[in-house]
Amino acid sequence: MTLTKIINKLALVALLGAMTGTGMAADNVGFVYVSPIGDAGWTYQHDLGRLQLEKETGVTTSFVENVAEGPDAERVIREMAKRGDKVIFATSFGFMNYALKVSKTFRKTAFVHATGYKMGKNMGLVNARFYEGRYLTGVIAGEMTQSNVLGYVAAFPIPEVMQGINAFIQGARSVNPKAELRVIWVNSWFDPGKERQAALTLLSQEADVITHHTDSTAVVQAAEDQGKYAFGYHSDMAKYGPTAHLTATTHLWGDYYVKTVKEVQAGTWKPASLWGGYKEGMVALAPLNKAIPAGLQGRIRDMEKQMTAGTLHPFAGPVIDQAGKTIVPAGQNMTDDQLNSMNYYLQGVVSKVPN
Amino acid sequence: MESSILSSILFATIVAGTPLIIVALGQLIAEKSGVLNLGAEGMMSMGAIAGFAITFETGSVWLGVLGGMAAGALMSYLFAVVVLTLMGNQVATGLALSILGVGLSAFIGKPYEAEILPTVGTVRIPLLADIPIIGDPLFNQQILVYFSWALFGAIFWFLYRSRPGLVLRAVGESPSSAHSIGYPVIRIRYMATIFGGAMAGIGGAFLSLFYTPLWVEGMVAGRGWIAIALVVFATWRPFRVIVGAYLFGGVMVAQLFVQGSGLEINIPSQFLSALPYLATIIVLVIISRDQNTVRLNAPVSLGQPYRPDA
Amino acid sequence: MWIRLERRPEASHLMSYASPAIAIVLMLIGGLLLFAFLGKNPIEGFKVFFIYPLSDLYGVSELLLKATPLMLVAVGLAVGFRANVWNIGAEGQLIVGGIAASAVALYFQESEGAHVLILMVIAGCIGGMLWAAIPAFLKTRFNTNEILVSLMLVYVAQFLVSWLVHGPMMDPDGFNFPQSAMFEDSALLPLLTEDTRLNLAFVLALGALIVGYVFMFRSFAGFQMQVAGYAKNAARYAGFSARRMIWIGMLSGGAMAGLAGMAEVSGPMGQITEHVSNNYGFAAIIVAFVARLNPVGIFFASLLMALLYLGGEQAQQYMNLPSSISNVFQGMLLLFLLGSDVFINYRLRWKKEVAV
Repeated sequence: MTLTKIINKLALVALLGAMTGTGMAADNVGFVYVSPIGDAGWTYQHDLGRLQLEKETGVTTSFVENVAEGPDAERVIREMAKRGDKVIFATSFGFMNYALKVSKTFRKTAFVHATGYKMGKNMGLVNARFYEGRYLTGVIAGEMTQSNVLGYVAAFPIPEVMQGINAFIQGARSVNPKAELRVIWVNSWFDPGKERQAALTLLSQEADVITHHTDSTAVVQAAEDQGKYAFGYHSDMAKYGPTAHLTATTHLWGDYYVKTVKEVQAGTWKPASLWGGYKEGMVALAPLNKAIPAGLQGRIRDMEKQMTAGTLHPFAGPVIDQAGKTIVPAGQNMTDDQLNSMNYYLQGVVSKVPN
Repeated sequence: MESSILSSILFATIVAGTPLIIVALGQLIAEKSGVLNLGAEGMMSMGAIAGFAITFETGSVWLGVLGGMAAGALMSYLFAVVVLTLMGNQVATGLALSILGVGLSAFIGKPYEAEILPTVGTVRIPLLADIPIIGDPLFNQQILVYFSWALFGAIFWFLYRSRPGLVLRAVGESPSSAHSIGYPVIRIRYMATIFGGAMAGIGGAFLSLFYTPLWVEGMVAGRGWIAIALVVFATWRPFRVIVGAYLFGGVMVAQLFVQGSGLEINIPSQFLSALPYLATIIVLVIISRDQNTVRLNAPVSLGQPYRPDA
Repeated sequence: MWIRLERRPEASHLMSYASPAIAIVLMLIGGLLLFAFLGKNPIEGFKVFFIYPLSDLYGVSELLLKATPLMLVAVGLAVGFRANVWNIGAEGQLIVGGIAASAVALYFQESEGAHVLILMVIAGCIGGMLWAAIPAFLKTRFNTNEILVSLMLVYVAQFLVSWLVHGPMMDPDGFNFPQSAMFEDSALLPLLTEDTRLNLAFVLALGALIVGYVFMFRSFAGFQMQVAGYAKNAARYAGFSARRMIWIGMLSGGAMAGLAGMAEVSGPMGQITEHVSNNYGFAAIIVAFVARLNPVGIFFASLLMALLYLGGEQAQQYMNLPSSISNVFQGMLLLFLLGSDVFINYRLRWKKEVAV
């Protein structure tokens, strides 16, 4: 017993020594990532936010990438809390329950969890209204398509993905009532080979504008190879398809991270649930491709302003589902609760929801 | 209209099957000599990053493919040293090789994650490519698709028509008798294993240079395992490797087409994704019910260490 | 000059203990080169990798928690491996065990009392055994290769759990996210000490190791399986039933993998999601062989494997190394360990030679 105590103490001394060596004087902020950072995609966007945070506030940050959405996450989060990180951002849905559990032990640490639905006394919640960008890309797709067939490569039918699909077709049909959308589920967030295969399948089925809700750049590259159009997702993917890439729905976390950390430092932070879109500057389109006619570009810019002002809602009534049922009557907007429980396709989607 | 869709399905099937064929044929040779290397996933990952990095640095796809081959061969050499010279367990060593290869490739590949390569065009064979429906899928293909067919021909000839092929099979059947006739069992197994690694490397390079010209961590996405499964599925016969790879690719591609077409399918998409794996099991059962096919083709000493103590 | 391996007259006792040490020394040298290549201080690298994770009791408890599923799965597999029954699909069996246990937990949501946990343990084992029974049946009935079938079933199990958590098992109040409801307290394994996550499953794993040891070295069936593993023909002459061994080998692996799945959902997860297993089923195969299929060895090999996972996380946090570095380390160490066992039965000789 005494021996273990001595060993513990020695190790602790070593640990503290190392910590002061690596500069723990400034506040540290921890980030938990679900996948490797890479060059584009979900985690890459969060890492851009982390870098912005370091630059603008002078805090130090550390991150762990490729953390499985299972019990390992709790250990990673706890390690960060234990060593005194001021704020911990857990950036995937599967970290929610683990972050909540750790937050109960470390009441002085601020926890923020991205995409999910649980909050705690010291755990806030953040997500982005990706569907706002999706709607705009849908408008572009509706105008740019020659065949009136659009394609969508999707990972899993969770509400966030369904919102994107439906916003995309709503946007397209708002300018082109003949537009139809084909959806292929690849049952994986990340498998470039399969994503590409699905994209090629859509293109061979007459789709000429495609997009994806998965995590690689394969779909954009496939469109480039076939001389068709595509939208990126998460990140600006223009360099993977300079001709094909019309624009991308991107999400920006940096401002939010900076604001949160400053609030925590000032002692004014309260856990909140933020679902931020254009208004909060958390969703934006990547630069528009020259192939998009100037007139359309102007309309898109106007629509972005309306979104920011809150006068344009992607799911403004009438919203009609695949079966012809009215989900939202004219004159109303879809509520957040309705958005969060979306598990159906809207009119214009040709494929059937897998179940 | 209809025929063009059929043509695209065929085209996609062949492209999807090609890396599986190349890797599986390589493993078939290794297994025929009695060596079971479960490290294909790791060797493919190394082949993929080596191919990508070398092509990126030199601008030559050919050097890239060669580099991928060399990386795969090197990995399998490491495996061979552990299992053939040091007699480590083949199953466990193969798994460890997978872990090492996947990790090392991700590690080496960090600087290349942001890079892209131009898509390599197909090679069109005049006249033949004009045949309706099958012309494009068969005769206007990536160069490595033709390579996979040539590899099949070469391996078929080697195994069943050449003397060294006979020796290789003898080594896999009964290493001790092969040794007593005077064949260098260990050296032959080394060569077969390294050949398997080289092919796995080319298969990996196909992914990162031709299939999706990019490098990202984890891009092999389980194809190494499928290739290993294919060899057993094919009961160690080269032709069945081809059939199996196209069947596997075909089922995957077909379910994507069914989804895209908007047909009403009241089965979960997860079930569709699981279909190729279920199909493999069923075909395997059918094949192995006939005891003779298995007994005639399965290398008897597969997975077992051998050391001449003379 | 060639270095040549020469068979020892008899297995070296010294080497059977020294070979893991040799492997670790080799890995340290390899790691040294790797860290130097990365421009990191190797001493600090080793501290971060191997000492930090154990710097307090909580760290130790995490190590044991991480090692628990590895121990369970590895000891179950070792029973079969000793008789050359190649179940490499423990990953799938673990998932199905987790599914079965979760089904019990969700069915008895309102219910209090120990029966819930007991039923979950039974369900977990049976779920894993059912999944393992498929390759066992196909092997004994149609002589279908069990390596392939068990491996294919891993993928099928992954799609199965994916479908379940997106469908029938999804939390009705969970906003369509792919996960079940959180289990009630009665469906959670009791913690061994407060403030850690170490739970009863660790005790179960220790029990499994002991039972495994007794079965392998003290029972006639275990002896039969060992003989079958060493000499197939001898076993046949002695009248040992090959079918029975396949069933015992596959089912013991399945049961333990299923139990490990139960321990995950009922322990640190507290619900079922798509991520029931973190490759424990495959890692355990390596653990089993590094341990030379011996339960005592499995205990230590599981700890070592778990330490490599924990060290990898620490290396990311404190040295800014990418996550892949822990895979490189693992792969290296395992290859060294698997290779260095040769010195138990062989020794090195310098020899002039024309050809090998």
